[in-house]
Amino acid sequence: MSEQEKRVGVYVCHCGHNIAGTVDVEHVAEWSQHLPNVVISRDNKFMCASTGQEQIEEDIKEFGLTHVVVASCSPHMHEKTFRNACARAGMNPYLFEMANIREHASWVHPNDRDGATNKAKALVSAAVHRVIHHEPLEPMQVKIRPETLVVGGGIAGIQAALEIADAGYHVYLVEREPSIGGHMAMFDKTFPTLDCSACILTPKMFDAGAHPNITLLTYSEVEKVDGYVGNFTVRVRKRARMVDEDLCTGCGSCWDKCPIKVVDDVFEAGMGYRKAIYRPFPQAVPKYPVIDVENCTYFKTGKCRMCEKVCPTEAIRFDMEDQYVDLEVGNVILATGYKLFDCRRIPNYGYGRLENVFSSLEFERLTNAAGPTEGKVVLRDGETVPESVAIIHCVGSRDKNYNEHCSAICCMSSLKFAHLVMEKTGAQVYNFYIDMRPISKGYEEFYHRILSEGTTFIRGKVSEITDAAHAPDEEGKLIVVAEDTLIGKQRRVPVDMVILAAGLEPRADSQAVGYMFGVGCGDTGFFTERHPKLDPVATATEGVFIAGACQGAKDIPDSVAQGAAAAARVLGTISRREVALEPVRASIDESRCSGCRICNNMCPYNAIDFIEAEGVSRVNPALCKGCGTCVAACPSQVITGAHFTFDQLMAEIDGILVDVTGEMPLVTEVI
Amino acid sequence: MSEKPKLALYWASSCGGCEIAVLGLHEKILNVAEAFDIVFWPCVMDFKYADVEAMDDDSIDVCLFNGAIRNDENARLAHLLRRKSKVMVAFGSCASGGSMPGLANFTDRDAMFDWIYHKSPTTDNPDGIVPMKHTDVPEGDLELPGFWHTVKTLAQVVPVDYFLPGCPPEASSIEMAVNAILTGQLPPPGSVIGPDVTVCDECPREKHEKKIKRFYRPYEIIPDPDTCLLEQGLFCAGIATRSGCGARCPQVGMGCRGCYGPNEGVVDHGAKILTGIASVLDAQTPEEVDAILDTLPDPAGYFYRFHLPDSLLRRRARANGEKIVAPASEAAGEPA
Repeated sequence: MSEQEKRVGVYVCHCGHNIAGTVDVEHVAEWSQHLPNVVISRDNKFMCASTGQEQIEEDIKEFGLTHVVVASCSPHMHEKTFRNACARAGMNPYLFEMANIREHASWVHPNDRDGATNKAKALVSAAVHRVIHHEPLEPMQVKIRPETLVVGGGIAGIQAALEIADAGYHVYLVEREPSIGGHMAMFDKTFPTLDCSACILTPKMFDAGAHPNITLLTYSEVEKVDGYVGNFTVRVRKRARMVDEDLCTGCGSCWDKCPIKVVDDVFEAGMGYRKAIYRPFPQAVPKYPVIDVENCTYFKTGKCRMCEKVCPTEAIRFDMEDQYVDLEVGNVILATGYKLFDCRRIPNYGYGRLENVFSSLEFERLTNAAGPTEGKVVLRDGETVPESVAIIHCVGSRDKNYNEHCSAICCMSSLKFAHLVMEKTGAQVYNFYIDMRPISKGYEEFYHRILSEGTTFIRGKVSEITDAAHAPDEEGKLIVVAEDTLIGKQRRVPVDMVILAAGLEPRADSQAVGYMFGVGCGDTGFFTERHPKLDPVATATEGVFIAGACQGAKDIPDSVAQGAAAAARVLGTISRREVALEPVRASIDESRCSGCRICNNMCPYNAIDFIEAEGVSRVNPALCKGCGTCVAACPSQVITGAHFTFDQLMAEIDGILVDVTGEMPLVTEVI
Repeated sequence: MSEKPKLALYWASSCGGCEIAVLGLHEKILNVAEAFDIVFWPCVMDFKYADVEAMDDDSIDVCLFNGAIRNDENARLAHLLRRKSKVMVAFGSCASGGSMPGLANFTDRDAMFDWIYHKSPTTDNPDGIVPMKHTDVPEGDLELPGFWHTVKTLAQVVPVDYFLPGCPPEASSIEMAVNAILTGQLPPPGSVIGPDVTVCDECPREKHEKKIKRFYRPYEIIPDPDTCLLEQGLFCAGIATRSGCGARCPQVGMGCRGCYGPNEGVVDHGAKILTGIASVLDAQTPEEVDAILDTLPDPAGYFYRFHLPDSLLRRRARANGEKIVAPASEAAGEPA
C-alpha cells in the first residue's frame, strides 16, 4: 500500500468532562481532519462505550479506513478495547494507535485550555504521522506446561499450591526453611476471631505435604530461572539436610539426645532454643529434621555422632551434599513473604538495649502455648509477670525515616496483644497509636471489644522509651514518653514491659529474587504488580505471578485471597493450553548484524544469544518482551522493535513538531 | 575518438587528503584519466571558475566534490558544479557529514575568530587585524568569501546523488564507485556507495560480551592483538561505523575513528556510538558512570568527529545560550 492510499480515521474522546472540560475537543477533531491521510475525524462523548466502538467499526467499513487513531486516555486503560474494535471490523489491531490526551493534556493542564488543546493537537498529529507506518502484526502462540512453581511456603504459597493441586495440576512448592508454614506458624492467635493460628494452619500444611500433586522442596532455594511463559526451566538447590528422608520417621530421638543447644533466631525469634539437629516446631511439614552444620559438634570437630547412634532407622547422612533439581514449569507464583522491621534501627526505643522491650514476633512466641514459656507472658527474666504493659503501634511504619507505608497488620495485632496480655496477666495495658486503622471485616468490632475491656489508648507517637527515672514511681520501670495529642500534653507512662509492633518490610533479597524472575520492585521494595487495582497478582513478566506480603504488607485473609487469585490466574492459562504472546518484539536482521556483541548483555530477559558459528546475535522471540533496550543499543541499527520501528518513532517526532497554533496543521522544516 | 564522460573534482572545506586519496589510486589513476575527460580539478591542473561557468548545464557527467561547506566560496562552487553536473558525488567525510571542519559547530564564528586572531598563545597580532569580507586598499576593494556561522554538508546545500564516505575514502572504495559509475550499475540516488554492515564485520578481532570499567588512551596500554579493542577499553567507533575500509585501523591496534560514518539507515552517527558505548559501561550507579566517562576525554569530539553538521544536533547554541542567527543566504545554503 502506498502512502497516499492509507486512510486514517481519528476519534477524539470527551471522556465526559475529563478531557472536554479542559480541551476543546470539537476543535481538535476539526483540526485533525486536515492532517495527512486523515479521511474522517470525529469527536465522541465516550469512545470506550459501545457506541464509540461501533462508530469505529462502521467507519472502517464505510470509509475503508486502513488505520485508526483514538485520542482519549492512557493506552493502559483502553488500548486493548480499541484494538479489539478494529479487529472486529476486520482490521489488524496493530494498525491502531492511541493518543493520550487525558493524562498527558487535560489532567496535567487543568487551568490552560488553549495550551492543553494545542498539546492535544500535537499528540493527535504525532499519532497520525506514526500510525501510517504501522504494520500488521500477529501474536505468537506458545504451549503452556501444566506444572507450576510456587516459591515460598507461607500461607499465601500454601493456599496457591493447594488450589492448583486440587484442580488436578502438579505444583512444586519451594521453601527456604526446613518446614513450610511461614510466619503464620509462629503466631498464637489470629485476629479478630482469636482462633488458634496453628489449628487453622496445620491442616493446610499437612494437606500440602501429603498432596499427590504437590512436590515439596523444603530447605531449598531457586538458583536460576530461564525460559518464558509456559516454558520456564528452573534450577532449585536442595540444601543437604544430612537426614535421609526416605528412612527418617520423624521420631525425635536424634534431637532429644543431641547435646548442642542453639538459640533459635528464626522460628523462636531468639526467644528459645533448638538443637543442632532440629525440626523447627512439632507440626513441621515435612516432619524430617535437618542438621545445622555450623553448630553441629561432628561438623566442627569430627566427633559426637550422637544422632547417628540413636537413630533407629539409620537415617543420618553426614556425607550428604546439596542437590540440584531442574524443573520444567509453565507458570510461577512468588509468595516469598516479608521481613519484620528490625526494631534496633530506632535506638530511642531501646530494643536490644532495654531488656524488657520486646518485638511483636518475640511476643508472639512468648504468648504461644508451644513457645519457650508455654504461653506465659513474663518479663525477660522468665518469671516476673508484668503489671503494666505498653504496646507501641507503627514501629518502623508510616515514618519517613524508615518506611513510609502502613504495614496494615500492626493495629490489629496490637489490639490482639492487648487482649492477650490482659487475659493472661491482668496487667494495665497502654496502646500508643497514631491512627487506628481496623479496616477489614470484623476489625472495627474487635477494636471496640478491646476498648471495652479496659485498655488505655493514647493517641500519639512515642518519642522515647527509657529507664532513666524522673520520679519515684518511675524507678525500675520503663518509661514510655509520648505526646498525647488528644489532650495536647507530653506524657511519661511507667510500665514493666513494652511491645513494639514492628512493621513489615520486603525480604532483604527481594531485588535479587525479582531480577531472577523478571519482576520489578517499587519504591518500597515490594514486588510490583502489573496494575495496582485491576491486575494485582500478575507482573510485568508473563507467567510470573505474586501473592501475599511479597506484593505489599497484608494480613492473613488478604494473603490467602491473593494466593487463591494467583492460582486462578495460573489455572486460567493452563486450561487455555496455549497463550498468545504480544507481537511487540525485537528482531535482528542477521544478514546485516556485524557481530559486535554490544547487545548481548543488555537484555533484561536473557533473550539474546550470540551464534558463534555465524558471528551474529539472535533474539529468542518467546523470551523477548519488546522492551527496546537492545534496539536502542544496537550501534549498527539492525535490531528492529516491532511496533516501535525507527520510521514509526521518527514519524511520531515529525508529527509532534507540527505547528498546532493555527486553524490548520503546518509542517515546518526544522533547521 | 568517441567522447569520454566528463569528470570534475573539487576541493571545498577540507584538508586535501581526499585529493591525495584519488592520486593514491596509483597507476589506476591512468585508467581514470583514460576513461574520463577531466574538465575541472583545480588541485592538480589550472582551471578557472569562469571555465566552469562557461560550460553548458549538465555537461559534466560526474562531479566528485570533497570538503564541507563553510563559506560563500564553497557554496558558490557547490551550486555551480551541481548545475553543471549530471551526477554529484559527496566525496569523503567532509562533504558527506561535515567531518573535522564540522566540529567548528561546537563553537561559533565569533568565538573561533576571537581565539584564532586574538587569544591563542601562538597568535602575534598586536594590531588586532581580523579578516574582513571587504578591505579597502588603494588599488580598490579586496573581497574574501564570507565565512559562515555554521558548517554544512554538501547535501545540506545542494542535492547530492551519491555519498562516498571515508577520511579519506580508501582506494578500493573509490575504485568501486568509479566502476559503478562507468558501468552504470549504481544504487538508487541518495545512496551511500558501500556495504550496509559495520566495521566489526570486517574486523578479525575476537568479540565477546563487553563490560568496560575504564577507557585507555592508545599510549597507555599495549592491547591484546586478537581481542576486540573496545573490550580492552580502547575507544573504537567500529561498532557504529559503516564498513568498507577493511577495518584497517583496528587491525593495527588503533580504534576506529568512525570516518566511514553511520551505518545504513542511521541518522545520527554520534548518538549511535554513544548508545553503543553507554550500553556496555560496567557501572551500577550514576557516579560510576561519571567515573568511567571521565577516562574518555572530549566525548563529544569522539562521538561526533565525522558527523556533527548532519547529526540531529547540527550545532550548539552560543555558549551564553543565545541563538545563532545566520544571514538568510547562509540559512538557505546560498552564497551571499
